[in-house]
Amino acid sequence: MAELFAKGEQPEVLFWVGCAGSFDDRAKKITKAFIRLLNKAEVSFAVLGTEESCTGDPAKRAGNEFLFQMQAVTNIEVMNAYEVKKVVTACPHCFNTIKNEYPGLGGNYEVLHHTQFLKQLFESGKLGLQGGTFKGKRITYHDPCYLGRANAVYEAPRELIKKLDAELVEMKNCRKKGLCCGAGGAQMFKEPENGDKDVNIERTEQAMETKPDIIAAACPFCNTMMTDGVKNKEKEASVAVMDIAELIAQAEEL
Amino acid sequence: MEYFPNILFALLLIAGIGYFARNVKKLARNIKLGKEADVSDNSSQRWKNMAMIALGQSKMVVRPIAGLLHIIVYVGFVIINIEVLEIILDGLLGTHRLFAFLGPVYNVLIGSFEILAFLVVVAVIIFWIRRNVIRLQRFLKPEMKGWPKKDGNLILYIELVLMFLFLTMNAADYQLQLKGAAHYASEAGIMGSFPISGFIAPLFENLSISSLILVERTAWWLHIVGILLFLNYLYYSKHLHILLAFPNTYYGNLKPKGQFKNLQSVTNEVKLMMDPEADPFAAPDEDAPEPEKFGASDVADLSWVQLLNAYTCTECGRCTSECPANQTGKKLSPRKIMMDTRDRLEAVGKNIDANKGSFVDDGKQLLDDYITREELWACTSCNACVEACPVSIDPLSIIMDMRQYLVMEQSAAPTDLNNMMGNIENNGAPWPFNQMDRLNWANES
Repeated sequence: MAELFAKGEQPEVLFWVGCAGSFDDRAKKITKAFIRLLNKAEVSFAVLGTEESCTGDPAKRAGNEFLFQMQAVTNIEVMNAYEVKKVVTACPHCFNTIKNEYPGLGGNYEVLHHTQFLKQLFESGKLGLQGGTFKGKRITYHDPCYLGRANAVYEAPRELIKKLDAELVEMKNCRKKGLCCGAGGAQMFKEPENGDKDVNIERTEQAMETKPDIIAAACPFCNTMMTDGVKNKEKEASVAVMDIAELIAQAEEL
Repeated sequence: MEYFPNILFALLLIAGIGYFARNVKKLARNIKLGKEADVSDNSSQRWKNMAMIALGQSKMVVRPIAGLLHIIVYVGFVIINIEVLEIILDGLLGTHRLFAFLGPVYNVLIGSFEILAFLVVVAVIIFWIRRNVIRLQRFLKPEMKGWPKKDGNLILYIELVLMFLFLTMNAADYQLQLKGAAHYASEAGIMGSFPISGFIAPLFENLSISSLILVERTAWWLHIVGILLFLNYLYYSKHLHILLAFPNTYYGNLKPKGQFKNLQSVTNEVKLMMDPEADPFAAPDEDAPEPEKFGASDVADLSWVQLLNAYTCTECGRCTSECPANQTGKKLSPRKIMMDTRDRLEAVGKNIDANKGSFVDDGKQLLDDYITREELWACTSCNACVEACPVSIDPLSIIMDMRQYLVMEQSAAPTDLNNMMGNIENNGAPWPFNQMDRLNWANES
């Protein structure tokens, strides 16, 4: 972003990579798949790079409003300085926070989740799927809480899956009734409380009931939780957990 | 002595409604113990929500069986209240079936009340079976032990008794009309139609007119006294939802569920920190009010809408049955969060009553004495409970406010979370990675 701005250029959209997308080895693959799609569609975009910082979502959900607002105000200053208008992110937590909680602190942007943005690219003809790497595969989609219930985005990811010519199979809890993967509310960063089982195992069992070839996720944290769940069931050889951006990129043979 | 029944009835009515009004006042006072909340926006959408969710029961039918049964009892309750209006007027004026002049309309009305009463009986019996024979899991959670379970059954028994009294009253009345008893029968013919009590009426065929009058009057009086008692039972019961569901859905959250409110008191602090003009060595203003407490440890720290939520909860447990933490055996139950909040608020209210209008510290608070930290930290903030609630209650907001108190007032976050927050403070990510390495992925293959 800094380089473009120095040249006096303004990208169409800022890709907010997020902490997972920047540092988590699994999530980095999602970041790269999404970048390949952006390049294929010739989208003018930039990233903040080392000027990006945590949105503050996990701090806020953990109860540390102070740390959240410090992060938010800092990020907003950076984005406002670069005159950012439009933000796209592959993380529903970043998406929710920037979209809903930043405006009250002075950060007003058009914020899109990457599934919404990809859907727009298809609609405008900038992306078009040919070939069917996933033709006939059974794909089940796990609704991330912060995309689904939190922001009522249920259809964009599903429409993308349908473009793969794959068979979209729904779990018994989906859309508004989707079951959490267990990572939200800062649970990702702590051990769960005592109980009978972990939430991600429960959700993985629901996914397994659909006998999927692929569990599609749209959130790096859900991806981690579901991947762990599949490993726990020792099914990693037959069931893949993939982000929707990865599915599209692979189908596009990128 | 001629007017004795009328006077007795009027006195009962005044006592019943008066005592209820007294408790409603108490209820309003307790709710107002909460902090202010701005809910003045978007009133058209709010009215719409109330019409859809409370009046139209739109979220009840998400679970079709319970939803349909509930609609029967709800419609029965609302419609049969037209009949209660007639009963009250009859009682005050000493008339019999005052509205009978409506003719055929009246017959249709009474007939439909009877059919509804019968359907309510059926629905209530099925509800009882669900709670006590099939023993649906959500009615058996730990927080339902004792009074909540009794309360639930008691409501069903009262409704059952009221419906039977209503039908008995009609059956005896029908017989009296058939026998042409004075005061009951009308020259215009039979008043009302009796599709259900017509089946009970033959049981009374051999009774004398005076015995019939005794049966009819007994049922009539017990029915209306029962209704007045039930009205006053509401305040002591989860059944308050029949009234509070309406304001509660009106004041329900209109924003996206993922949007948690930004604390203004924190914003002020943050602005001060970011202000280059601020004097870092300034002594605090002597007259400055005490800084606002962050988060909630007791009911008075919550907003009045959250307290209204607590009184509105009817303990149906849809929230808890959708909660991922509860489903996997953790202690958290969103329903218990609401019940605890209500119970604590009631305790605070009683404390105020006992101490002539002011609260005297009782050494207790909502946190720890009612809601444990283990429950609060088990929440994934997934909003399943909020989505599930048929009357727009938001248990998640209470959990988050209490977490804020734990973290910002007590620094009492679990160690793992303190590490995460330390990382965000130091290097701008929840994990211990260097901020300068944020773009490294771009150069990795």
